[in-house]
Amino acid sequence: MPIQTPFHPRTSELNSSLDWKDWGGYFAANSYNVVNDFEYYAFRHSAGLIDITPLFKYKVTGKDASRFLSRLIVKDISKLKLNQATYCCWCDDRGMVIDDGTVMRFGEDEYFVTAADPSYSWFSRFIKKLDVHIEDVTDSYCALALQGPTSRDILKNMCDADLDSLKFFWTTSTKADGFEFKISRTGYTGDLGYELWIKNEDALKLFDAVWSAGQNYNIRMSGIAALDIARIEAGLIMNGVEYHSSLHALTPEQMSTPYELGLGWMVNLDRETFMGQKALRAENKNGSRWATVGVDINWPDLEELYQKHGLPPHTEAGAWRHSVPIFQKQHVSKQIGYATSGTWSPALKKNIALATIEIDYAKPGTEVNFEVMVEHHRETVRATVHKPQFFNPERKRSILKK
Amino acid sequence: MSKKYDAIIIGGGHNGLINAAYLAKAGKDVLVLEKRHVLGGAAVSEEVYPGFTYSVCSYVVSLFRPHIIRELNLAKHGYDIIPMDASFQPLPDDDLGLCRWGDASRSRREIARFSKKDSEVYGEFSKVMTHMAKLAKEVIDHPAPDVASINPKELSSLLRMGKVFKNLGPELLHMNTKLLTMSSADFLDLWFESEVLKGPMAVSGIIGTFLGVRSPGTAYVLLHHYMGELDGAFRSWGFSKGGTGGVSIACANAAKSYGAEIRTNVNVSHVKIKNGKSTGIILANGDEIDSKIVVSNLDPNRTYLKMIGEDNLPKDITTEIKRFKLRGSSGKVNFALSGVPNFCKKRDGLEFMKGDIAIVPNVDYVEKAYDQAKYGEFSEKPYINIVVPSLTDPTLAPPGKHVMSCFVQYAPFDIKEGPEYWPKLAGKFGDAVQNTIKEYVPDIDSLVEHRQVVTPWDLQETFGLTEGNIFQGELTLEQLLFQRPISGYAKYKTPIENLWMSGSGTHPGGGIMGSGGELSAKSILKEKVI
Repeated sequence: MPIQTPFHPRTSELNSSLDWKDWGGYFAANSYNVVNDFEYYAFRHSAGLIDITPLFKYKVTGKDASRFLSRLIVKDISKLKLNQATYCCWCDDRGMVIDDGTVMRFGEDEYFVTAADPSYSWFSRFIKKLDVHIEDVTDSYCALALQGPTSRDILKNMCDADLDSLKFFWTTSTKADGFEFKISRTGYTGDLGYELWIKNEDALKLFDAVWSAGQNYNIRMSGIAALDIARIEAGLIMNGVEYHSSLHALTPEQMSTPYELGLGWMVNLDRETFMGQKALRAENKNGSRWATVGVDINWPDLEELYQKHGLPPHTEAGAWRHSVPIFQKQHVSKQIGYATSGTWSPALKKNIALATIEIDYAKPGTEVNFEVMVEHHRETVRATVHKPQFFNPERKRSILKK
Repeated sequence: MSKKYDAIIIGGGHNGLINAAYLAKAGKDVLVLEKRHVLGGAAVSEEVYPGFTYSVCSYVVSLFRPHIIRELNLAKHGYDIIPMDASFQPLPDDDLGLCRWGDASRSRREIARFSKKDSEVYGEFSKVMTHMAKLAKEVIDHPAPDVASINPKELSSLLRMGKVFKNLGPELLHMNTKLLTMSSADFLDLWFESEVLKGPMAVSGIIGTFLGVRSPGTAYVLLHHYMGELDGAFRSWGFSKGGTGGVSIACANAAKSYGAEIRTNVNVSHVKIKNGKSTGIILANGDEIDSKIVVSNLDPNRTYLKMIGEDNLPKDITTEIKRFKLRGSSGKVNFALSGVPNFCKKRDGLEFMKGDIAIVPNVDYVEKAYDQAKYGEFSEKPYINIVVPSLTDPTLAPPGKHVMSCFVQYAPFDIKEGPEYWPKLAGKFGDAVQNTIKEYVPDIDSLVEHRQVVTPWDLQETFGLTEGNIFQGELTLEQLLFQRPISGYAKYKTPIENLWMSGSGTHPGGGIMGSGGELSAKSILKEKVI
């Protein structure tokens, strides 16, 4: 049975829909309200607060911490500056992705790693003789994500951090009324936003301070369902949805490489040996089989199909996460890929999806056919390949003061 | 010799800007001229009082066509709508009032306090209106075919529309006829018994018209407001981020991204006409700018009588355009408040106030308000539609403070002292609104930091809406479809060759829809006149 996060006394009070799900062994609110659109809109218009405690969290310390992480992660972590954060992934020696997460550098020899899956064992087995210590702080540190255009104003009203100059993917330590915590300008919504990291003991103090500062800025609790819409609009992939960790995949066909997931930009090939380097170098040279893309599903086509049945067009409420076949434009019987998740994008008024597609069809603008179910009938509508990122507002990276 | 444009658009309201965007996207050389210092027309945000952004005129968005958002990539240019979840109707004597929510079960329980029967019928009513709205959508997304024409194109267009009607089946067709002919109060009587519930529902039928809820034909306007479509879902209203001007700014940014040129503070005197053809425009300062076509985004009255001028028009057309009914019937009062105006202290939280708040305790209330207006007075107890958008979009006011926007009906343009007397009445009108609100928010006076009163006269003088009609012409059946603005010239054309129209005085009419601008541009491009 899942356990409660340290924020549970507050989140359970606010969860009027009693809609909980299991996230990494914790109770996580899927939605706080029966009508949950507003939990999504908070990310885009004011601020949504999410309990992200269930993320797996590790403190990696020791003289060799930089070298160690750089060997395991496809990105050269030793280049990370003090207080900088980075989004990255790590692979097995076949170059197949195990997980993705963020790494933050809190000291010369101190890093903070987050992951979607338990990763202690995988990381630990490579310490060998290095001066590295890994501490699993998943159950002793907790976290809140505050995401949306007013998130900066809210934090400025409850702590002393210099947020006007804190850049995208940088971190800072700060004090508030009687407690200390860390802020990283990171998130999973593709919007202006922060993640707040704190010891379990001070969880409720942090929650109360943020919640009360947020009252003048239309702060709302947001659940996983709302987060899913935002992350698809932002083109952010998810372990277990867009791909399967190579540690869990049953067949090679179920595994993916960073290049195939659109994470090629984070692979630093030319440096000291790292896990998967050889395979990734070969792939970089020879090309990939698959690509991860966005798909813009033609709305008028869908409207027309519904009209045949005398119905107004309909989309699933919220985001969906199941496999949907994608076919070639010319031959509707030839499958060339599959969507892994999708949503009606409230920001763009478009029906969008993230998809895995054969590399020949991955170029933005490529026309394909997309399977839809309309009144119990399988049909296809036209769709266009897009880059995964559909929504990227300027405020995401904005700084107010240099 | 100055440059000659493909098209000059007179008026930088949202329809004019959308028109410009579509024409520029097609590679045309386009110039938009706006008289005011700010773009948007009646869809405008202004910081009238420091720190507070008012949606001065139009204040909610629902009918904006989603395909325009996609075709012009408006989201990228800042189009951003926040949906409203609730519709609250406060009641006197400290009652809990009636709140209708996005959550159907919650609404049903609320309505059941007034009528158990109505609470269950409410869902059925929505279903029928969804069908009706689907039909209306077919009508608003295409230029209106002329029933009197024998042109094959018109006939095929009629046929297409006929098919949609036919597919409705007899029951819904009969309902449609009732909808087109009945009054909104009578139409609602077919379904509901609670006078409280019918109050806020019936007023949808009179917005922007000089009619009462018991006047025949108002049921149609009820539908016009029912078919709001956000996110592919029918019937949902929303706020534009940063006020309704946000919509216009997004349209302007889109137009500019396609290469359109936009100038503000430019006053157009009239259209330059040679041998019945438009050749450009003449500014108030005497300057001339040439263009292949001119698109007027002004209302039909201004377009015909000021931009063209009676001298250039056949007499019968002049007569007909003068008969076009404007009859503005509403005003706006905008408030800057030092705190939250709580319309029902008995309710927990403020969620019930994050949508619209309708001051219309029952059907008779609003019919009485109309009685006063019929004889040239503003309503002492008017119907008020209130929104406090800063509860949802905190950027509109300083932290903890709020903007409150009040749409007020009736405020007849033709006040008995004469319309030019309105500026002298503005204070009294504002007081009547504030006093009406005070019945529900007793501490309102102490919260007011600033008040802006927009009378029908201001709508005409500042925003160019003749007689203060917010839709550039009443949305009554005889002024819709192939008769909007007048029969024979309903397809965005005018009696002057190369002079087109695009505003909400054209089909399909008012509200922040964008259809006039879009359909007009598409007609222009289809005819390859430029």
